[in-house]
Amino acid sequence: MPVISIARLVKSFGAFRALDGLDLRVEAGEVHGFLGPNGAGKSTTIRVLLGLLRRDSGEVRVLDADPWRDAVALHRRLAYVPGDVSLWPNLSGGEAIDLFGALRGGLDRRRRDELLERFALDPTKKCRAYSKGNRQKVAIVAALATPVELYVLDEPTSGLDPLMEAVFQDEVRQLAHDGATVLLSSHVLAEVEALCDRVSIIRDGRTVESGTLTDLRHLARTTVTVQTTRPLTGVEALPGVHEVRAVDGRTRLEVEPAHLDTLLTHLVGFGVTALTSAPPTLEELFLRHYGDAPANGHRAGASTGGSAR
Amino acid sequence: MNALAGTGRLARLALRRDRIRLAVWVLGTPLLGLALAGSVTGIYPDEQSRLGYARTSAGSAVARAFNGPVVGPDLGAVVVAETYVTLALLAALLSTFAVVRHTRQNEETGRAELLGAAVVGRYALLAAALLVVAGANVATAALLAAGFVASGLPVAGSIVAAAAIGGVGLAFTAVAAVTAQLSTTSRGANALAAATVGVAFLLRAVGDVLGRQSDDGLRVESAWPSWLSPIGWGNQVRAFGGERWWVLALPVVLLAVGVALAVLLAGRRDVGAGLFAARRGPARAPAGLLSPVGLVWRLSRGALLGWAVGVAVLGFAMGLAADEVNDMVGENAAAAEAIAQLGGGAELVDSFLAAMLGLFALTIGAYVVQALLRVRADETDGLLEEILATAVPRLRWLTTQILGAVLGAAALLLLAGATIGLGYGVVAGDPLGRTADLAGAALLRLPALLVVAGVVTVLVGLVPRGAVAASWAALIGFLLLGQLGAVLDLPQVALDLSPYTHVPSVPAVDPAALPLVLLTAVAALLLTTGLLAFHHRDIPS
Repeated sequence: MPVISIARLVKSFGAFRALDGLDLRVEAGEVHGFLGPNGAGKSTTIRVLLGLLRRDSGEVRVLDADPWRDAVALHRRLAYVPGDVSLWPNLSGGEAIDLFGALRGGLDRRRRDELLERFALDPTKKCRAYSKGNRQKVAIVAALATPVELYVLDEPTSGLDPLMEAVFQDEVRQLAHDGATVLLSSHVLAEVEALCDRVSIIRDGRTVESGTLTDLRHLARTTVTVQTTRPLTGVEALPGVHEVRAVDGRTRLEVEPAHLDTLLTHLVGFGVTALTSAPPTLEELFLRHYGDAPANGHRAGASTGGSAR
Repeated sequence: MNALAGTGRLARLALRRDRIRLAVWVLGTPLLGLALAGSVTGIYPDEQSRLGYARTSAGSAVARAFNGPVVGPDLGAVVVAETYVTLALLAALLSTFAVVRHTRQNEETGRAELLGAAVVGRYALLAAALLVVAGANVATAALLAAGFVASGLPVAGSIVAAAAIGGVGLAFTAVAAVTAQLSTTSRGANALAAATVGVAFLLRAVGDVLGRQSDDGLRVESAWPSWLSPIGWGNQVRAFGGERWWVLALPVVLLAVGVALAVLLAGRRDVGAGLFAARRGPARAPAGLLSPVGLVWRLSRGALLGWAVGVAVLGFAMGLAADEVNDMVGENAAAAEAIAQLGGGAELVDSFLAAMLGLFALTIGAYVVQALLRVRADETDGLLEEILATAVPRLRWLTTQILGAVLGAAALLLLAGATIGLGYGVVAGDPLGRTADLAGAALLRLPALLVVAGVVTVLVGLVPRGAVAASWAALIGFLLLGQLGAVLDLPQVALDLSPYTHVPSVPAVDPAALPLVLLTAVAALLLTTGLLAFHHRDIPS
């Protein structure tokens, strides 16, 4: 039984279709990365999951409940951290944390103090005096100190310094280790790479890719740059080879991972003097899905390969 | 001057942001004034009727409290008496909100920081806000003066009357410029400035009620409290009744002092900070805070305490004044009849007390509106989303907010009645009995406030985007229908739109159960509709 299962979710605001048939499946115990460019519909999806927005059509189940109908019962079993935390200006941070904990049904006081220490947050400051990063910490501590089954984190680390980012990653790993499920929406790709078992990439309100990071890498092409003693011919005709170009007397091309072997066999006949092979970086992987055109000119054309699965 | 760099650009930005608000303000206020003036001309067409009006108004404590001191029987003087207070309150509140919107609100949202990092001087935001708001007041006054002249009133009086209203706007422009420096939130800055407007209104009311009627009975010489009030100054210019031009200098002086003070404060604090350094709070929440009820109490107790102090002081002052009604109106049959009509009873003092209670009930309506609109403010800044993502049911959340607003209002009503009764009892005898009687009479106004709460709830539930503007518009509508409906000769159907019209005017008349039951039923219907709508709607951020 998946913890979150969304199928063909549609949500419109007036004429604007924010979610256009979105699918998402998060299994119990996994840390699931939820990625997409700004405006792709990540926060809208999360608000539907929290029962704050009513879906127009499609199916949504969270912890085997309908998030709109059973919102309150469901909210006892999950904790949420928004990307832009807003707090009561005249309450202290400690009070806000305790309040959120109590409203969710009770928090672990020992864990709360431990987290305050780890995140180096002064709980006696008034919320209006906190910086953006410290407001995020208040929400993170309040959420992580609540023992629940599902943590919904919407860009939780925006504004955190790298040190705190590391603490955060540690704590999330611990949550997963203890059996909780985490949905993590983030733009920090290193964070996603470090934490997530599986990721879903959405764009324009649709899921364009979903799977483990290894799966996704396999879908992307490897860039091969090769220098040969004899002029290289015939590579264009090979299966899975794209974008063949001559650069500074070398040949640069892209090849699908499944056909790398065929390519290498072919190259051997031309006297290879230098060869580099670069698997796609996570960055490139996401850029391919995020942008209409990739950031690097030499990968032009690769973006059209973003087939939905 | 470096500190003012970018002022022109910022002023144009403010004009662009507020192009609709400003147009409604600058054109709407004079139009409202002229409409009221037109109806006054219709009601008092000849010298004879105006002599009667002046004599009655000068002798009536209620008319003095609501309309200010009458300055003579000229047509212009009657127009001013019937329109001044409304237009002055509008100018004061519109100026306040506009100044705060372009100063503290910019800081609160972080826009000021973005602007401050550009080529913009330290005082440019403040200067731009002051320019725009002062300009709006001057333009409004000019249009109003032109309108008065065009409708055939004497030129000098028209200019002074319109300038008096512009002066009130300028005075509160200065007040808001200062409160925007004191409070770290625009909400707090608005509340402080609006409280100052309330105090100015009531100081003027007290001063005018305690004033002395001239020997010919056609004029009132206000007592000193009116001179402490910028709203009172507008009466003391005596438009159409022997103009005192020099009084117009008072708001200008206040503006200069206020701007100087605001500049001083702005120069001594950091962007985003208030006058007071942030204090620390407890590291752990007390158990009492850890529920929706506890939170609502915690968030409203400060405002409630402020309101309580204001209500108690003014209630007591009104109570003290009540005993004077008999002395002042005793021998004036026309005035006595007018009060009886206004208050709805035969007994003069009781009519006065009933009118005062009605005034407090209207004012406390503002407490209900601002307390309930917190739900909407939380929604806009994302806090509502965080709360509703916890295990708090939506209905429980909104119900708690409604209960908080209504119970707060009930407490304030009781306090208003009790302090009026105490003040009256101190001078007229039987303080304990009168305290209890008037507290009870005040509480009978609660059903009208329930309806106000219902209107806000429906708006928050059904039309969240327009809820803030529409809620205040509704309350101002109730004020206009209650206070001006009779003057405008509106049909009873229109007057009936205000819940305040239906409250039995106790102690001037005997209490009646039916209207209270009906009001409560209407309130229940509105509250239920609003709650259900809130339960079923999206919470977008």
